[in-house]
Amino acid sequence: MGIMIFLIPAAVLMGAIGLGAFFWSLRSGQYEDLDGAAHRILIDDE
Amino acid sequence: MGEPALSQTGCPSGLAPPTEGENRADPAAFVRTDKQGRESLELMVQGAKCAGCIKKIEGGLLAMPGVEDARLNLSTGRLSVAWAPGVLRAGEVTEALAKLGYAAAAFDPEAARQQTDEEGRKLLRYLAVAGFAAMNIMMFSVPVWSGHGEMGEGTRTLLHWVSAIIAIPASLYAAQPFFKSAWTALRARRANMDVPISLAVFLTIGISVSETLQQGEHAYFDGITMLLFFLLIGRYLDHRLRERARTAARDLLALQSVSASRIDANGHVSAIAAREIKVGDRLQLAAGDRAPVDGVIEEGVSELDCSMLTGETLPQAGRPGSAIYSGTINLTQRLVMRATARVQDSTVAELSRLIETGEQSRAKFVRLADKAAQLYVPVVHSLAALTFLGWLFGPALLRLFGVEAADVGLRIALMNAVAVLIITCPCALGLAVPAVQVVATGRLFKRGVLVKSGDALERLAQVDVVVFDKTGTLTLGKPRLTSLVDVHTLQAAAALARTSRHPLSRALVEAAGPGAAAKAVREIPGEGIEAEMDGVLARLGRRSFAAPQAQDVADGSAELWFARGDEAPTRFAFVDALRSDAAETIAALKKRGIGIELISGDRPLAVENAARAAGIGAWAGGAAPGDKVARLNTLRAQGKRPLMVGDGLNDAAALAAAHASASPGTALEASQAASDIVIQGAGLLPLVEAIDVAKAARKRALENLQFSALYNLIAAPMAAAGLLTPLIAALAMSGSSLVVTLNALRLQMEGRSWAS
Repeated sequence: MGIMIFLIPAAVLMGAIGLGAFFWSLRSGQYEDLDGAAHRILIDDE
Repeated sequence: MGEPALSQTGCPSGLAPPTEGENRADPAAFVRTDKQGRESLELMVQGAKCAGCIKKIEGGLLAMPGVEDARLNLSTGRLSVAWAPGVLRAGEVTEALAKLGYAAAAFDPEAARQQTDEEGRKLLRYLAVAGFAAMNIMMFSVPVWSGHGEMGEGTRTLLHWVSAIIAIPASLYAAQPFFKSAWTALRARRANMDVPISLAVFLTIGISVSETLQQGEHAYFDGITMLLFFLLIGRYLDHRLRERARTAARDLLALQSVSASRIDANGHVSAIAAREIKVGDRLQLAAGDRAPVDGVIEEGVSELDCSMLTGETLPQAGRPGSAIYSGTINLTQRLVMRATARVQDSTVAELSRLIETGEQSRAKFVRLADKAAQLYVPVVHSLAALTFLGWLFGPALLRLFGVEAADVGLRIALMNAVAVLIITCPCALGLAVPAVQVVATGRLFKRGVLVKSGDALERLAQVDVVVFDKTGTLTLGKPRLTSLVDVHTLQAAAALARTSRHPLSRALVEAAGPGAAAKAVREIPGEGIEAEMDGVLARLGRRSFAAPQAQDVADGSAELWFARGDEAPTRFAFVDALRSDAAETIAALKKRGIGIELISGDRPLAVENAARAAGIGAWAGGAAPGDKVARLNTLRAQGKRPLMVGDGLNDAAALAAAHASASPGTALEASQAASDIVIQGAGLLPLVEAIDVAKAARKRALENLQFSALYNLIAAPMAAAGLLTPLIAALAMSGSSLVVTLNALRLQMEGRSWAS
């Protein structure tokens, strides 16, 4: 059962990293133009 | 100026036709200076649909010397351009866009600044926190459930404590929108759906913490966070629907803030925003410009298109001294007008006030979900209270009647009452209607129908009479040549017509096709045009001007006369042609048992002809805007639910007064703003699909509500009887939400088979 002392914080930490990543993407405006993001990948850079 | 690399104009994928014509309004008044000291401009671009469009627009603008930044948002159609100060006129940007085949209009910077959707971002953050908490707590709950009986009490309590540490802050944070809304409702002495939700959040956390303290078996931390997660999904979907409608309305308003050309005391012309116009300003109206405010003409003689105000298709004469109303288009010659009202006091603004009063009456409409909530809240609360009292005093009551029963205590009674509140929490109910409406509006959006709000969809489903406007709605709003004339005469007349902006001249040119324009043409405003052709005088215009001796033909259609030298004069007759699918649309609506009426401000004879051609029995001509509103009020008084379809300013008040309203994409901004749905494209048939989808959506929403009711009928008694465990609660909640969402998605599947 001692292993749980490590596993529980590890699990929560991983979840928190995911949450942090989502907040970052939200703040950096990645949800402002969803259609544009889908199409821009098709544009070749010269 | 750098020429674009692509020669073809408009969307390279052909998803949208290139928008014709020049971008007239001078955007100079909307330029502002950004943080880096550059001049920047926000534009609304029409017709941008694909990656090719992004490349063409951004590439084309960046190739212009001095342009430092150009970024197109494909979702909203907004383009922001920035350039080094002084190197560029703002007009050059819109001209370049016009050359590329995209119409663009400048935004009022103040309107543009309010664009960020703060509320939506907050909801997304709540949603993310609730989702994170629900998933992590589930990770600790599954071992508790599966280790049932084998897990030691200490381990279980440890897992409960870890869950509590995550769940308490997360749910207090994520449930804020519900707390706020419940608090507002309670202060107004009302109860809405958020009251039981907030109560359930507090009670569940409280009871779960007390259970954990007593090393009990059941804690509902997983249930409460999952509940919040599902509820927030519904909340977010609903918000997005409303936000899209709000944005659409705001875009239209921002576009309305057109610019004007003011002439100062020294005769200099400068571009200003329409809202800066003061009474007494002298304004210049070039041919093709729309009058921004009410005023009086001071210089120039021209013809005015008042169709947006009156529905009348024929142009009116405008000369010094005559009044000109905002919304009127100056057709042929340059005019100078003196403003007699500010923008907010002009006819257009008066009409928007009429729209507001109409919309207030519409606000009384009760949405389906709210109706369900009114029924639901008292039932659930009494059931929870009864459960509590039943478990607390039930055993004592039974003993009175001589039945053996032991007291269960406050703890069990409270636990079971809370279980009722959790299990009946309107998870499925909260998703039932928004999920359906999001799918339905998404499906219509792809077909070019913009639905402005969820309740617009609900109202559309109830429509039983459709009232059409004629000019620009049932018809194209553009005259078309109907006379059969020999090719030589037609070409000769067209040569003269090519030099004029008059709508009838343009229709004549369209019928004749490409060709050369006559030289040395004189235009006599209000009369016609004349020129020497092959040595003889040729005239095109009114009968009194071109052929005074000819017989008058009064058949209700617009006409032009053409005379050359001593030849017999030729008459060109024009009608405002019906949209190609108008008759088909009317027939389809009739087949669905919907009544049809036509009401127009145009001449009765023209209205009668259009009604005949479209197959409409009930029609009225010469109607003022007030008459249209009166007719709609009569219909509503008879218990009917009319759908008004119109496009002009004269329809705007009627659109707002109707039970539901629609306008074509060519309609004036004020009318689009007053409408529930806007139909893009040239046809009217999408209107029929919109009604069909609205009806199907109503059916799905009702099914979802029935399912939620059934679910509660089974689950609530179980909870009241004390049979509920956290595992069952988690399964029931996610299961019912899934069923409701899948049922909503069926609407999408039907759409596929319908389209093919």
